[in-house]
Amino acid sequence: MRIGVVTFPGSLDDRDAARAIRLAGAEPVALWHGEHDLHGVDALVLPGGFSYGDYLRCGAIASLSPIMAEVIGAANSGMPVLGICNGFQMLTEAHLLEGGLIRNDHGSFICRDQGLRVENALTDWTGGFAAGQEITIPLKNGEGGFIASAETLERLEGEDRVVVRYVGVNPNGSLNDIAGISNARGNVVGLMPHPEHAVEPGFGPDTADAMRSGTDGITFFTSVIERMLVSA
Amino acid sequence: MPTIVVEVMPKAELLDPQGKAVAGALGRLGKTRFTSVRLGKRFEITVDGHVDDAVLAEVQELADSVLSNSVIEDVVGIHVLEAPAGETH
Repeated sequence: MRIGVVTFPGSLDDRDAARAIRLAGAEPVALWHGEHDLHGVDALVLPGGFSYGDYLRCGAIASLSPIMAEVIGAANSGMPVLGICNGFQMLTEAHLLEGGLIRNDHGSFICRDQGLRVENALTDWTGGFAAGQEITIPLKNGEGGFIASAETLERLEGEDRVVVRYVGVNPNGSLNDIAGISNARGNVVGLMPHPEHAVEPGFGPDTADAMRSGTDGITFFTSVIERMLVSA
Repeated sequence: MPTIVVEVMPKAELLDPQGKAVAGALGRLGKTRFTSVRLGKRFEITVDGHVDDAVLAEVQELADSVLSNSVIEDVVGIHVLEAPAGETH
């Protein structure tokens, strides 16, 4: 099982995503934005960061990178694709996911361990969760406010395409507390919080049991591996 | 060479935290006459050759597809910049 992680100029969390993939039991494959080659991977992660310095709009210039032609083609033919933070922004800019991300309503960058509720446990990336399960993973962004037109919001809600929702506090003004969504097929998922930062005891969010012991994020990666094994 | 200006603004119905921050600063300077600020982008695109309808149509297309994101922004203006005095085309 090989999962590609695309590095763009200004990507930050590509190494963390690769580490999460390895810890989950798959082989991470480093991919480069400037190539037209997915190296035969089975799934893709677009990692967090500040590609192109967030110039123009977050994720906008990266969404025009050479490799995005292949990413869009693969996503449309059913390959699982996960966009984390800046990767989520790229997926909206590439029109693989609906809506958009704007500056946090309070105007500040925010970094916190964030409570989420998994609303849809049927996507390729959330199959290992139970619907309604509450998890905690880190969130860190300046432009994480999810917005969409009223019709789009209604459709996303009606088709169960809200994958994760903020609980406790809405950290950025996202409409309907939306933290992550999927495409209709459920193979493309984007979210602002960072599952790859909560995959290893000692380096995750605090839990009631022990400091930094939270590993709720690993399930995103084990879910996709399981899904691919089933469909193989 | 001629220059085409494209202006993009956040959608009116959206919160504009940057504009709000600037408006807050104006208020702190005592500029109470100015009640709100909205902040957008201006692109200046230099064209090799002269500007005709086909070039303007191409810029309009780019403004809609690349320079702005219609989910969050509107293209509010496209115009050709007047050449500075003395410059010939």
